[in-house]
Amino acid sequence: MSASILREAARARLPELRAAHPHHFLALSSGRMTAISFLLGGVALLVWAVIRLELTPARFLTGLQQLGHFLTLMVPPDPGGKTTLILHGLAETLAIAFLGTLLAACLAFPVSLLAARNTTVNGIVRFASRRTLDTVRGVDTLIWALIWVGVVGLGPFAGVLAIMTSDFGTFGKMFSEAIEAADRRAQEGVVASGGAPWHRIRFGVLPQVMPVIAGQILYLFESNTRASAIIGIVGAGGIGLHLSEMIRTLEWQVVSFIILLILVVVAVIDVISGRLRAAIAGTRT
Amino acid sequence: MSDTLRRLPPAQLAPLREHYEQVRHAGRQRGLVAAAAVLAIVLLSGWFVQADLYGLIVHSDRFFSYFERLLTLAGGDMAGHPVWTDPGEWFWGWRRWLRLLIDTLLIAYAGTLFGALAGFCCAVLSAANIVPSRTLRWVVKRCAEFCRTVPDLVFALLFVYAFGLGPLPGVMAIAIHSTGTLGKQIVEVVENIEMKPVDGVMASGSGWARMVRFAVVPQVLPGFLSYALLRFEINVRTAAVLGFVGAGGIGQELIIAIRRFYYNDVAALLVMITLTVVIIDTLSSALRRRVIGMEHSA
Repeated sequence: MSASILREAARARLPELRAAHPHHFLALSSGRMTAISFLLGGVALLVWAVIRLELTPARFLTGLQQLGHFLTLMVPPDPGGKTTLILHGLAETLAIAFLGTLLAACLAFPVSLLAARNTTVNGIVRFASRRTLDTVRGVDTLIWALIWVGVVGLGPFAGVLAIMTSDFGTFGKMFSEAIEAADRRAQEGVVASGGAPWHRIRFGVLPQVMPVIAGQILYLFESNTRASAIIGIVGAGGIGLHLSEMIRTLEWQVVSFIILLILVVVAVIDVISGRLRAAIAGTRT
Repeated sequence: MSDTLRRLPPAQLAPLREHYEQVRHAGRQRGLVAAAAVLAIVLLSGWFVQADLYGLIVHSDRFFSYFERLLTLAGGDMAGHPVWTDPGEWFWGWRRWLRLLIDTLLIAYAGTLFGALAGFCCAVLSAANIVPSRTLRWVVKRCAEFCRTVPDLVFALLFVYAFGLGPLPGVMAIAIHSTGTLGKQIVEVVENIEMKPVDGVMASGSGWARMVRFAVVPQVLPGFLSYALLRFEINVRTAAVLGFVGAGGIGQELIIAIRRFYYNDVAALLVMITLTVVIIDTLSSALRRRVIGMEHSA
């Protein structure tokens, strides 16, 4: 076989080859070394976490047993005579998500104009508005809910304000990125035909970003439905209040009923908002 | 210049104009209907959540006075002054808080790691291009969907009852939620891979597991790492509030401080959490940029 002849020839030249291409003869290439050291670091961190957080297999197994027990108690899902209460909570959750998202979008839009490079007033305003948005976004919805409960008292209104505040940060960032990505040609056209800066934004920027923004609002409405389902846990209204109460009183059948209800509602909203988003994207392109 | 523009005779122009007006009118009417519908839903939901705009405006000073109280020292030598005049008094519990913050980060890390591994398995088992079995794909996809749709805090609340108070339920809740979200994101990466390496490995007679190892993993690794890092950023935020339901981390301390109106502690904890989140975001986005660079150079 010619292969073995070549192989013998290469073997005879081995020291020479080794000297000419040392990096191919390393047992561990540098890329592999980096990968292995990252892997070892990751494992070490995990070991530390397991020890520090006491994630012992014994606890895990007993917990799993307990969870299995709960799961058997959960079937069949049953509203347990609290249907009206639960449906009211669900409606409240949807209302919180809707109002919160809408208010957040209304508040975030002007700020996002100030935070976008191509529509801002000046560098200082842009910097200040970006930092404000970052700070607001850095605080979780649930923490905002607790703060608003402290201001307006327990109830769904605190939930609306919490969703509004935390989404204000998210929307501000998303909108300003959409505005910065807007095509410049339309804006230059408006300016070239004698438009004022305000006209540039109204006729050059807005028509381009509106469909994008509408899509983002719908998308966040979906995720807010989930968020507003849990803020009830800290007393800010919605179905989360009933859910945490039912878990605390160990009414497992009602718990599984509520969880299933949340799943169904989120799926329905998912479908509706997907259709709407497709319609919005379709009309503009 | 303008006299070179040809004007259509009025007879031809009129129907065009009329059509234009009609289209404009229809568009305006649709806009009005949509606006009315939105307004109706707003009013309905406003009534439902007992929105008290008047009360909010009248009590708007409460929102600001809340922050004022957060930032005014309640005790110590400098009581009544802004918190930053006496950092020692403000961050009196920093040793304990720092320990809890490390716990929080470790909860997020362990949860993300387990979730990423499980999510990767989900993705590989439900990708249409490498798994022929329709049933298996359907089952795995529905499982991931369930993990993704149930909010992580609900999982945490349930697990606290099963596993007892502490970080373990927090890690589990984050792991399960991450499995769902990463499973969905990574399956899209897997479904978009180049199929030539897959065919090559299969043609040389190896089994399915080897095919995944040598044809799929090298292609999806950068995308996988990037999504996992992004998930870690999100999970740090989640881990900070898991303590609200007793699932470990700094949230336990925060909810106690909020419930008992220890305003300065609330401010200190919020500052610590926000700073940590910002630092983690910066580090992880730098890492992600390198990971994505790896993809382009490879």
